[in-house]
Parts: sequence; structure tokens; C-alpha cells
Amino acid sequence: MKPKSGTDHVFLFPSMIRGKRGLSLIFALIAVALLIGAPFGLKPYGIYLLSLWAVMTIAAIGLNLTLGYAGQISLAQASFVGIGAYTAALLTTQGWPLGAAFALAALLCFVIGWLLGYPALRVAHHYLAFVTLSFATLVFLILRNEEWLTRGVYGISGIPRPAPLGWSTKAPQDFYFFCLGVLALASIAAWWLLRSPWGRAFTALRENPIRASSLGIDTRRYTLMAFAIGSALGGVAGVLYAPLVQFIEPTAFTLGLSFNLLLMVIVGGAGRFFGPFLGAAVSVLLPEWLRFSEGLYLMLYAIFVMVLLAFFPSGLLGMAERLRASWPRSSKSAS
Amino acid sequence: MMKSFIAVGLALGAAAASAQQTVNMPIVIELSGAGAVSGTNFRDGAVLAIEEINAKGGILKRRINAPQADTQSNPGISRAQVQKAIDGDPYVILGPVFSGSVKANMVLAQQAEVPQIVGAEAAEITQAGNPYIFRTSFGQQMSMPKIANYLRDGLKARTVAVLWVNNDFGKGGRDTFVKEMAARNIKVVSDVSTESGQMDFAADVVKLKGANADAIFVYTNEEESARFLREARKQGIDKPLIGETTLLGQKVIDMAGPAANGARGHVGLSADAPVPAVLAFKEKFSKRFGYVPDHNGIKGYTGVYAVRYATEKIGRFDRKLLARTLHGLTIKPEEEPGILMETTWDNNGDIDRISFLAEVVEGKQKIVQTLPKLGGGK
Amino acid sequence: MLLAGLATGGIYALVAVGFVLLWQTSQTINFAQGEFVMLPAFFVLAAMKFGGLSFPMAMLAGFAVSLLVLGLLFKRLVVDPVICHGVLPLVISTIALAILMKEGVKEFYAADAQPFPAAWATTNLQVAGMVVSVQNLVIIAVAVLAVAALQYFLGSTRTGRRMQATAQNPALARVLGIPVGRMVLYTFLINAGLVALASFLVSPIYLAKFTNGETLGLVAFVAAIVGGFNQVRGAIAGGLLLGVVDNFVAAYLSAQYRAAIPLFLLIAVILLRPQGLLGRAEERTV
Repeated sequence: MKPKSGTDHVFLFPSMIRGKRGLSLIFALIAVALLIGAPFGLKPYGIYLLSLWAVMTIAAIGLNLTLGYAGQISLAQASFVGIGAYTAALLTTQGWPLGAAFALAALLCFVIGWLLGYPALRVAHHYLAFVTLSFATLVFLILRNEEWLTRGVYGISGIPRPAPLGWSTKAPQDFYFFCLGVLALASIAAWWLLRSPWGRAFTALRENPIRASSLGIDTRRYTLMAFAIGSALGGVAGVLYAPLVQFIEPTAFTLGLSFNLLLMVIVGGAGRFFGPFLGAAVSVLLPEWLRFSEGLYLMLYAIFVMVLLAFFPSGLLGMAERLRASWPRSSKSAS
Repeated sequence: MMKSFIAVGLALGAAAASAQQTVNMPIVIELSGAGAVSGTNFRDGAVLAIEEINAKGGILKRRINAPQADTQSNPGISRAQVQKAIDGDPYVILGPVFSGSVKANMVLAQQAEVPQIVGAEAAEITQAGNPYIFRTSFGQQMSMPKIANYLRDGLKARTVAVLWVNNDFGKGGRDTFVKEMAARNIKVVSDVSTESGQMDFAADVVKLKGANADAIFVYTNEEESARFLREARKQGIDKPLIGETTLLGQKVIDMAGPAANGARGHVGLSADAPVPAVLAFKEKFSKRFGYVPDHNGIKGYTGVYAVRYATEKIGRFDRKLLARTLHGLTIKPEEEPGILMETTWDNNGDIDRISFLAEVVEGKQKIVQTLPKLGGGK
Repeated sequence: MLLAGLATGGIYALVAVGFVLLWQTSQTINFAQGEFVMLPAFFVLAAMKFGGLSFPMAMLAGFAVSLLVLGLLFKRLVVDPVICHGVLPLVISTIALAILMKEGVKEFYAADAQPFPAAWATTNLQVAGMVVSVQNLVIIAVAVLAVAALQYFLGSTRTGRRMQATAQNPALARVLGIPVGRMVLYTFLINAGLVALASFLVSPIYLAKFTNGETLGLVAFVAAIVGGFNQVRGAIAGGLLLGVVDNFVAAYLSAQYRAAIPLFLLIAVILLRPQGLLGRAEERTV
């Protein structure tokens, strides 16, 4: 096992931390069991929330690539979700299978992400934030104004639930498992990506861009790839979102959602593999838990984020890591 | 996740326990976001009605329980909230007001066979074949012809400009309006779209001035109407500004100040109508909530009373029967004071009532003429 | 038409200048800048409603509170604790702050738009056969005065020059004995003042509403970049340009795509002249 060095934030899967392997595996198994068992005790609304969580997590994983690993702020993730959703809606209402939508949306978002990031990253780091900010507005306007394509403000309704290989997902429970399946695939893909030589280069970038470029890594190319892949994942999430809500219109895909996704990644822990999962859970469930406070919950959430950033900029998972690291030596002898 | 388990469990238990003595009528409404003003009015009107009914013993001896859910003026969220409301086994669902939200969630209510009493005005809503949707105010397909007639007969306009907000409410209204204009040979010389939440109307007013139409039809939401009026006054527009209910609402008058004077138009529902029942309602509302209601308050109030009347008529709580009963039903204020004005529902859920032509004079809406029901009656 | 564009542009310029100052001096990218413009109006309204103050007194009170909250408190409570972790967390923090401010106003004051009294006449003049709005003239005048005063302050007074030194090279400034911390605080205060001014100018026309910050913020960012974010002059130019172009596009081209203009300008500038129209090319400091 490689010794833990300063730049080893890369390997964040808990099993890499000495002596914790057994515990983490059990943790993971419990989580998976809960996820599979959860819908059986819930009403349709609860199942809907879980499905929404899965969809948001996929988008957050994408944003985590851009933000947490490549260190870029993207405020257009919601727009990519929107592009994915409209692609799915337009295709499936014409009778095409959802799989085609997945492929097309991922490709489209990847290309657009690349084209968008290219000029922005040419200049300086922080520019991508503003370019994506303006892009988000543009996408919304296009979705709204180009009625001939998107039906504009009237939206697209009656989006059918997919039937992969004949299994109908009309029932909330069935669709939830479909979402869970897609989430699993996306996670595995992301995991594989991060462990590959590509992925290691990404993280090298984040830690020290100047050293990376001195080592001959084309900083810009990797950042661009991260952004493009992250955007493609956003598109994938969108493709799943359309059949979930079965009616889409442009106002769902504006800056508000982009901010939400951003906060999910940050709160969960940017640059941590499971950060998006946790962050999405917090974001989707918090309004429910805080419902008693009605309007205040957004304020509480915002304050929570600000305080979190002041003390634990690596999010909740970062906080957990620090706490775990500060446990006394006795844990080490467990290996 | 465990917490939501427990929460759901508790809620189920509580619902089961109270089901005996209450009837569930959740209010899914815009309490924040672009529709906050309309939604809050609708909610307060409904709450006023519910309090009055409960004080007298409720509907068929059952108290009304009306949990509120905020759609945040977001159709996606409204859909989730309606799903949640349906999970709670409701009798009817009240709201939303925003047309976009209604379109997003009415399918759910339809599938669950729950009557939905909405405040939305987009034409499409009653054209989708949904037997469970019921309006509380005119659909655009009813109000636009009345405006068109006023333009043709009252103002004798040959050309008109239209300024509209680019959301489904505004676009639906504009599309219907343009159709009515074409049918009456009035030329639309300028078609200006504006954004929801838009703050700066300078460019739009310049365009309108340039078009030099005989009249300008303004169809946007409350705040935008107010901002537009101010800008129009600022740039000295002298052509008549015609609106549909919103433009002449009290809220807009308050926000626009003296710039609102002179605006005219058709008012489907008005808290200033020369109908004693409506004026009395306005008094009660103002006293209870501390502000003057707009037409959305009337929507919420009359909607609840309509449900009560129809339910008492049937004699039991049967959702499907309620929907069937409401179709073709006429409720007169003599039989149900809460309905305020005689109202008829047709088989699509559209409403027929008297309406008014009004003008804003010295900061107040003044009714100039009363227009009869399309189907005859008082 | 041009006048209206200049007036809008003047507002944008005020907001963009403050934004640029903050960025230059303290690496603070304040995503809540738009909300900063939204808030002072509500301070004034609250002072009138709850404090029973008259409008002029309320304006003064609102201005003072803005300086305190948006200047001092913002720096101490929001920026300082987070900036040690880097620029990225600070950006996120300001995004959260923007949400907090919006929701706060919505919850504790009102969700709907509030009429805001104007400090001048809302009449029109007839000049050379055109209708000219006094409001626009006042806005332009005030904006010009404010920016001119700022330029004078930065260029010709001792404190101003020290602030400029701090912005260009904080380490060197410290060596020279300039109290860097205090200079940074001054920039925060100046920003607070500028946004408060913008707020008072804009709220009578746009009405005070908690969502006012959204579009203004976006335009300010783009104005700063388009004009050249390392020069105050750039921000002014950017703001004016955006204001005028926005109005003309809306009037003569497509109203539906008017909000996309900032993006196009941004992309164009980034591709063709990344340092902005008036900016200096920046070197990356290792």
C-alpha cells in the first residue's frame, strides 16, 4: 500500500485509509441495502424524492469532476441537465427509446462543454464561472424562445416512462430502481475515470497547476476534458429527469438549479468521491426536514453553507475525514 | 433517510387518526417566487372561507383541514407537492394559480381522480379533456373576446399594440388575443414580448411609441405591469392602455402610483365590483389579513364555497360525484352567499359569470360597466 | 433612447466599479454584488416603516447601515474567515450569502415589490422636441459625479494612492508601511457606498423587490470583464456599453434574446481581447 503523502488526497475511497477497510465495506453494504429497500416503506412522494436524489447525484458527480477535481466553477450544470431533459423529451415523445436519448445527450453536452470551455480556459481560471453564468442565461432563452423546437413556455408534457428490454417503469418503485441503476453505472464510470491515468492527472492539476504544467501536462486540455465530461454527466442526469417529472419547461433549468448543484457538491465535499451523494441527499431532504420553518429553511441552509466553508471548506466528508484522522492511535493497530 | 421514514410514518398515523372528524383539502399554491402575490391572495381567500365554514361546523359536520404547500412558482416543485398532497388522501386540491404549474400537475390529480380547483387562466387547461379540473375565474378564451369587443366597439380601435410577458400565462393570452383581433379585422402593429421579472421597460416603451397604435394591450404579471406603467408615464405615452384584470388590480395601482391612472380594461373579478357581497368580502378580508385583496383572493374564497355547496348538495364526500355535479352547475348567491356572484361551470370546468369594464381613477379601480354572463342569467 | 441606455449603463457602471475594486484589492469575487444593490433600499424602507423616520433621514440611515453591513460586517464575518481557504470557497460563500440576503428580505420584509420614493421629481422635460425624463438625467448626473469623485479620490489623495498600491502589490505595499488591512477595509466601504447609491437610484423605477439583484449582478460581472477588470475605468466603460447596447438591442433587434447580449459580448471580448476593452494585459504571477 502506498504511504500517505501530502498529495494523496486523490485516493479518497475510504478503503485506502489504513485499517478502515472492513468498516467502510460494511458501511457501503448497509447504504446499498437501504437504497434498495427504501421504496417499499414509502408513499409515492417519498419514492419520488429518492428518485430525484439519484438524478441530482448524477449531475452532482459531473459537477464534482469540474469543480472538485479540476477546480473550476461551472454555473451551467443546470443548463446541461436541461439540454439532456429536452433531448429525452423530444425523442421519447416521438417514440424513440430512452437509450438513444442518453447517447445523444451525453455527446451533445460533451461537445457543447468543450466548445464553451475552450475560449474561457484560454484566459484565466475564474473566467469559466462567468462564461457559464452567461451561457446559462442563453440556454434558458433558447429553450424558451425557440418554440418550434421546444414548445417554448408551454413545455413538453406527457413524457413517457422508459421500458428497457420490456420492463415497464411506470410505477414509481420501478422507475426508482431504473434511476438507481443509471446512478450505479454513472458512479462506476466516474470511479473508473478517476482511477485511470487521466484521473490522476486531473487531481495533479487541482493541487498544483504550475507543477503539473512544468511536468509537461497540458493543463488546459485536462481541465477542458473534465469540464466536458462533467457537462456530459449533467446531460445524462437530465435525460433521467424528463421521464421522472413527465413535464418539463424552461424555468426548471435556470441558475437556481445550478447554484443548488454547486452547493450540493460543496456541502458534500468537493473532490471527494462520495461528496455528491451526500450533498444531493442534504439538498433534497433538507427542505422536507426543515418544512416546519417554512421560508426560513433556505436561509438556514445558506448560513450553514457559509459557516461550513469557513471551518470545513472540504465539506461534510472533509469534516468527517478530519474527525477520523484526529482519533487516537488505537485505530491504527486494527490493521 | 431514516428520518423521512419516521416522518412519513407519523404523518400517516396522524392522518388516519384525524380522518374521522376532518376532510382534507390541501392548498398547493405559490407562496414564493414570481407568483407569490397571486398565490398569497388565493391562499388567504381560501383560508378565510375555510375559517368561516369551520366556525359553522364544517362541511357535512366535518372540519376542513387544509395543509399548505408552497410550489415556489416552480412547476416541477408544484408537481411534487401535488403528489405529496395526493398521498394524503385529499377530498379536493386547491390551487395552484400559476398556469405553468397547473399544467405540470393536473395530470397527477386527474389520474388520482381528485378534483382540482385552480386559479389559473391559461386557455389550454380546460382544453385537455380533464374532467377533474375546475377554474375559479375566466379562462383566457372567455376574457379575450370581451376585451376584443371593447376595443372594437368601445374604443373603435383599428390598430393595436400588444405587450405581453413571455411565460405560458402571457403567451397564452397573447395568442388568444391576436386570434380575436384577427377575427375583428383589427391590425396588430406591434408585438412586444417582455420577461417575467423584467425591471427595465425603457426599450419596450420606445418600441410602442414608435408603433403608434390606437390602443395598447398590456398583459403581464403584477409587478411588471406596475413597472411598465411607470415607464410609460415617464416617457409620456398618450394612447390608451388596456388590460385584463391584472393591470387594473389594486396591487398594481399601489405599486405604480399615479402612473396607473387612466388604465382601462376588462375585469373578470374585482374586489371593487359594485356587488354588495363582494364589497362585504373585501371588508372581511382586509380586516382579517390587513391588506386589500385582489381578484385572486376572490378565487380562493369562492372556490372553497363552491366545493361546500356542491358537497352538501350531494350529501356525502364522493370525489367523482363531486366532479360530475360541478359540471353544468349554477350556484346562486341566494343559495350560497359564499359564491358572491352567480357562477356557472361548464363541462370543461370553465366558468361563466358577469364581468366588468373598469378604469383606474385617482388611484382606485372604478367600475364603468357591467357585462352580462355569456350564457344569460344574473 | 440613448439617454435611457446611458442611465441604465450608469447604474451598471457603479455596481461594476465596486465589484472590480473588491476583486482587485482583496481577490474577493463577490457573487452577491447584485443583492448588495437590492438590500440598501430595504434598509431605507424598514427605517421608514419600523423606525418611523422621514424619507431623507431614512436615506441617511439606510446609507449608514449599508456601509456597516455590506462593508464592515461583510468583510469581517464573511470574507476574512473564508479567504484563507482560497478564492473558490469565497465565491461559493458569496453565492450562499446572496441566497441568504434574498430569502431574508423575502421572509422578514415582503415577498412582493415595494414602491420606493424617488428623491427627485418624476416629471418629463421637452428638449429639442423629444421627451426627456428627469429621472434619467439625475441618474446619469449622480453616477458621473460618484465615479468622478472616486477617480479623484483614488488618484489624487494620499489614501487613494495607497489603496491603489495595495491593489497592485500587497506584499510590497506592506513593506512600504502601508496599513494593508485598513486599505482593504476602505475598498469594502467604498463598494458598500457605491451599491447603496445605485440602490437609491434604481429602486424608484424598478420597485424594491428581493429578486432585484439577480440581473444586476450578472450584468455587473460581465461589465467588469468586458471593460477590463483590472482598471476602474474599464468597469465604467463596460457598464455604460452594456447599458446602451442592451437598450438598443431590445428596441431594434430581438427583445426575446436581449438577456443574451452580455454573453455574446463576453465571449467576443474573451476571444479577441481577453484583458477587456480598457484593461492591461495581466501576467500570471508564479
